[in-house]
Amino acid sequence: MSKHKIIIEPGTENSNYWRDLWNYRGLFYFLAWRDILVRYKQTVIGILWSVLRPFVTIVVFTIVFNKLGGFPQDGDVPYAIMVCAGMLPWQFFSSAFSESANSLIANSNLLTKVYFPRLIVPASTVIVSLIDFLISFVILIGLFVWYQYVPDWKILLLPLFLLLAMITAMGTGLFIAALNVKYRDFRYVIPFIVQFGLYISPVGFSSSMIYNHENIPQYLKYLYSLNPMVGVIDGFRWCILGDNTALNISGFILSIIISILFLFLGIWYFRKTEKSFADVI
Amino acid sequence: MSNTVIKIENLSKSYLLKHQQTERYSTLSETLVKKTRSVFNSKNSSNKTVEEFWALNDVSFDVKQGERVGIIGRNGAGKSTLLKILSRIVAPTKGRITIDGRVASLLEVGTGFHPELSGRENIFLNGSILGMNKQEIQRKFDEIVAFSEVERFLDTPVKRYSSGMYVRLAFAVAAHLEPEILIVDEVLAVGDAEFQRKCLGKMKDVSGEGRTVLFVSHNMAAIQNLCDKAVYMKRGEVQMIGDSEKVISTYLKGSSANAEMNLADRNDRSGNSAIRFSSVELKDTSGNILAAFQSGKDAVLNLKFDRIKGKEIKNLHIAVAFDDEFGQRISHMNNEITNEIFNSIPDDCNEVEVHIPRFPFKHGLYTFSLYATVNGELADWLNEAGTIDVESGDFYNTGKQLPDGQGKFLFQYNFKLPSKF
Repeated sequence: MSKHKIIIEPGTENSNYWRDLWNYRGLFYFLAWRDILVRYKQTVIGILWSVLRPFVTIVVFTIVFNKLGGFPQDGDVPYAIMVCAGMLPWQFFSSAFSESANSLIANSNLLTKVYFPRLIVPASTVIVSLIDFLISFVILIGLFVWYQYVPDWKILLLPLFLLLAMITAMGTGLFIAALNVKYRDFRYVIPFIVQFGLYISPVGFSSSMIYNHENIPQYLKYLYSLNPMVGVIDGFRWCILGDNTALNISGFILSIIISILFLFLGIWYFRKTEKSFADVI
Repeated sequence: MSNTVIKIENLSKSYLLKHQQTERYSTLSETLVKKTRSVFNSKNSSNKTVEEFWALNDVSFDVKQGERVGIIGRNGAGKSTLLKILSRIVAPTKGRITIDGRVASLLEVGTGFHPELSGRENIFLNGSILGMNKQEIQRKFDEIVAFSEVERFLDTPVKRYSSGMYVRLAFAVAAHLEPEILIVDEVLAVGDAEFQRKCLGKMKDVSGEGRTVLFVSHNMAAIQNLCDKAVYMKRGEVQMIGDSEKVISTYLKGSSANAEMNLADRNDRSGNSAIRFSSVELKDTSGNILAAFQSGKDAVLNLKFDRIKGKEIKNLHIAVAFDDEFGQRISHMNNEITNEIFNSIPDDCNEVEVHIPRFPFKHGLYTFSLYATVNGELADWLNEAGTIDVESGDFYNTGKQLPDGQGKFLFQYNFKLPSKF
C-alpha cells in the first residue's frame, strides 16, 4: 500500500510530477476522446467542417493575394498549394492555441471537483486540433492531384515541423491558459492573437517576399522571424514545395529557439500557478 | 490491522476575502493599477479591503483503515474545504496530511458528465475522471448499467435524461469505484428516497470490504446508519471526535441549545452595516425564550441588530429565508410583500420580531438566512445565519402527525362535500 503514500503539504513541489502525469494518461486520452466526440455532435456535415473551413480560406486567399494582389508564388508551384502549405499549420496552431488557452476555464467544473495533473487539460485539446489537422490534410492531397504536382522526398520531414508547431501551440497555450484562470482579460486577448498572427505570419504570402525585399531594413526582418509560426510555416513549405523555396536559416533557427523558450516558459508558469487554480477559477 | 491511513496534522487553510468585490478573479488592469499605486505610496497603503478568513484552523485527527468516519457541522464549518484538501484539489496553507492508499473522491455526482454524450460514453468518461482505467470500466460496465436502471437509454444523450436518471447513472459509476479510501461529500442529497437507500447500502458494502470511508452529510440518519465514528466541525475547527451517536447528539444540541444565536462575530456577511444582525432568539408569544419551535404552536422570531449610533434607520426591509437540511429553500418571509416595511425605527430600538402563527414546518433542522436593506441599500446579508430546530407538534389539533417523507410543510385545509349536498 505504501506505493500510494501521499503527503500533502503547503508549497512543496510534487516530486512525482511527471510520473503522476504518466499515470493519468488514461484521463488524457478520455478527455481528448470526449472533445473529438462532442465537436461535431448534432451537425449535419460533421467532420467535413474541418476540411471545408480551411479549404474556403485557401480559395479566398489565393484569389485575394495572387489574382487580385499579384503576389508572387515560390518558384513555379501553384499559388494554391503554397497557401495550403501555410494554411494547414496555421489552422492547426490557431485552433490548438485558442482551445488550450481556454481549456482550463471551459473545464472549471473538473478543476474544482477532481484531482488530476492539470497539464492534462490543455494538452488533450492539442490532440483534438491535431486530428483536425490530419483530416484537413486531404485538401493538400487533393490539390496535388488537381495540379498534378509531385512533392520530393523532403515531405517525409513534415512530422518534424508538425512537432515544432505543436511545441509552439503548447507553450503559448499553457502560458495563456494559466494566466486566463486568474485574469480573464486573456479571454479577449486570445482571439486577438489569432487574428493578428494571421497577418504577421506567411500564410497568404511567401516569406521570401519579406526576406528578399530590399526596402525592409534588416532589424524588421529579424523582428519578423521572432514569430515562431514563421519558422513553422517556412518549414512546411520547404518540405512541400521542395526546391521551389529556400529556407532562411538564421530566421528559422530563431523561430525554433523562440518556440522552445515559450514551451519552457509555459510549463514553468503553469506549474507555478496550478496549485491555486481551484481556489481562483 | 488497524493502522492509520489518513493522518491530518495541524491543517489550516486561509482565504483572502476581498470586500466590495463580487468577482473572484481580477482583471489584469486592476492588478496593474493596484501594484503601481502601492509602488508610489509604499508605506500607508494598508489595504483595508483584504481580510484573511480561516476556513480551516488547526485541524488534526487520524483515520484508521476500514473506519467509516462521518464529518458533520453546519454549512461553512469547513467540511468541504477539508475534503477538497484531502482530495488534493486545493492546497493547504499550513499543516500536513499523510495518506496511505489509493484515494477516490466524490465531491459531486456526475463530475465531467457531458450533456451531448450518450449514457454509455459518459460512463467511460466519468469513470476515467474518477480514476478508473479503461479495462476496469469495461469489466464493470454491465454492473454499472444494471445499478443505474437506465439500460434503455444508454445511447441517448444525457441532456435528454430526466434529473433522476442522470443522478442514478452518475452515482452508479461512482458506486463502482474500488479505492482503498473513499471520500464522499453530500452526494445523497439528490435522487429519490429509494435510490438514496440503495446508495447507502452500496456504500456500506464498500466499507465492509475493509475500505476506509470519509463521508460528509447533513443527513444525520445517514451518518448514524453508515458511520461508526464522527467528527463535528465548527467554524473551521474540530469540536468533537468520537462515537458517531454521541457526536451527533452533541451536534444537534449544540446547534439548537444556544436558543440565543450570537451573530456579532460572524464575518461571512455583506452589506454596508447600517444595521448588522447581532443575535436571534426563538420565543413564544409570552416572551419566553425557547430552544426550539414546535409545529403548530405560535412562534416569535426575535432579531436583534447593532446600529450606527445617532444615525436614523429609514425604510427597513427585512427578509428571512429557510432552507431544509439538504439546502433546499423551503420558504421566505419578507416585510415587503406584507406591506410592513418599517418607515423608521426609534433611536433606542434595536430589535424586530416576526410573529408566525401556528409554525408550519415539520420537525427537523432548518437553516435560515437573514437579509436587510436600509433605504434601499443592502445593509446586512448573512447566509446561513443559524439553524432552527423544530419539534413535532400537533399542528392539526387531532393528535396525529403527517408521516415522514411526505414533505416539510404543514398548512390548514378542510375536506368538505360541495354545498349542494
